[in-house]
Amino acid sequence: MTTEVAAVGLTHGASEDTGLGNRGPQSKGIVVPFGFWLFVLSDMVLFSALFATYASLVHATDGGPVTNQLFDRTNVAIETLALLISSFICGLAIIAAKRNNLLWTEIWLLFTGLFGFVFLVIELTEFVGMVHIGAGPQRSAFLSSFFTLVGCHGAHVTAGLLWIGTMMAQVWAKGFQPHIIRRLLCLSIFWHALDIIWVAIFTIVYLIGTLP
Amino acid sequence: MSERDPELTNVAPGEPHDSLMSETISYVVGLGLALLLTGVSFWVASTSALWGPGVAVGLVVLAIAQMGVHLVFFLHITSGPDNANNVLALAFGVLIVFVVMIGTIWIMAHLAANMGPTPEMTNLMTQRG
Repeated sequence: MTTEVAAVGLTHGASEDTGLGNRGPQSKGIVVPFGFWLFVLSDMVLFSALFATYASLVHATDGGPVTNQLFDRTNVAIETLALLISSFICGLAIIAAKRNNLLWTEIWLLFTGLFGFVFLVIELTEFVGMVHIGAGPQRSAFLSSFFTLVGCHGAHVTAGLLWIGTMMAQVWAKGFQPHIIRRLLCLSIFWHALDIIWVAIFTIVYLIGTLP
Repeated sequence: MSERDPELTNVAPGEPHDSLMSETISYVVGLGLALLLTGVSFWVASTSALWGPGVAVGLVVLAIAQMGVHLVFFLHITSGPDNANNVLALAFGVLIVFVVMIGTIWIMAHLAANMGPTPEMTNLMTQRG
């Protein structure tokens, strides 16, 4: 009888592990990055609203400059490369951190931050140049939505740079304790996600915006 | 159940979980594919060899492909059973993103056409009648 009931899944023996409910919650090393993954996904929902706004307003230029006159593909290509390499190096930092290699973790985090900084400098230069020629966010609905969308991504990158600096200090001061490793993993999720959002931005805003 | 059973465990998103070599190779392959797709995107946008109206759609497809590369090779979101929670969360996120974007673009593109007649138009019609 016992075997029959067990076969249809109504009960289980003491030694049998039937699933997650039997063993309580997952370890913090799983739950914390999963929770952060949920945050990152909700962040992408936020960006989807900004993309939708941009797509709705891209032709509302009010007689001002249009996408073709403003964007420079060479700049965007360099930005894209910088962020992609930064994302790649961030992965190398995680590999080094998993092996408790302090020197290489710090080196890779430093380069992650440097390439992110290059990206940010190019983006800010572009923004300043646009404002300088009278194409600031108050010029038209198109430019308002452009600065909101791309600026929001830039703000995320800025926050990420501060986080990278913080993690470099924490790894240095506290070593590879479990909670420090968890924070590093969350940082890498955040940084990779920013690169995914940039893929959408350089495609929708810059490349499609500069089609002939 | 002494060995690690993938059906009963989970991995965190973003966590590489193999040997040093295969982990590094995963990131290198991801970087290579991302560079390739980025290069193709910029080429597609610049060339005049392709049919103009199809270029924008092609660029969107390339972008979605590159996002997939990032998810698999950088964030390690795979189809493995230990990744089910991460994939389900991603699927829900993608659903909401598409509803918000396509819904907004659809509605806003038809906004003008679907509005009722303006007062001037109504006035003209009554005059004609």
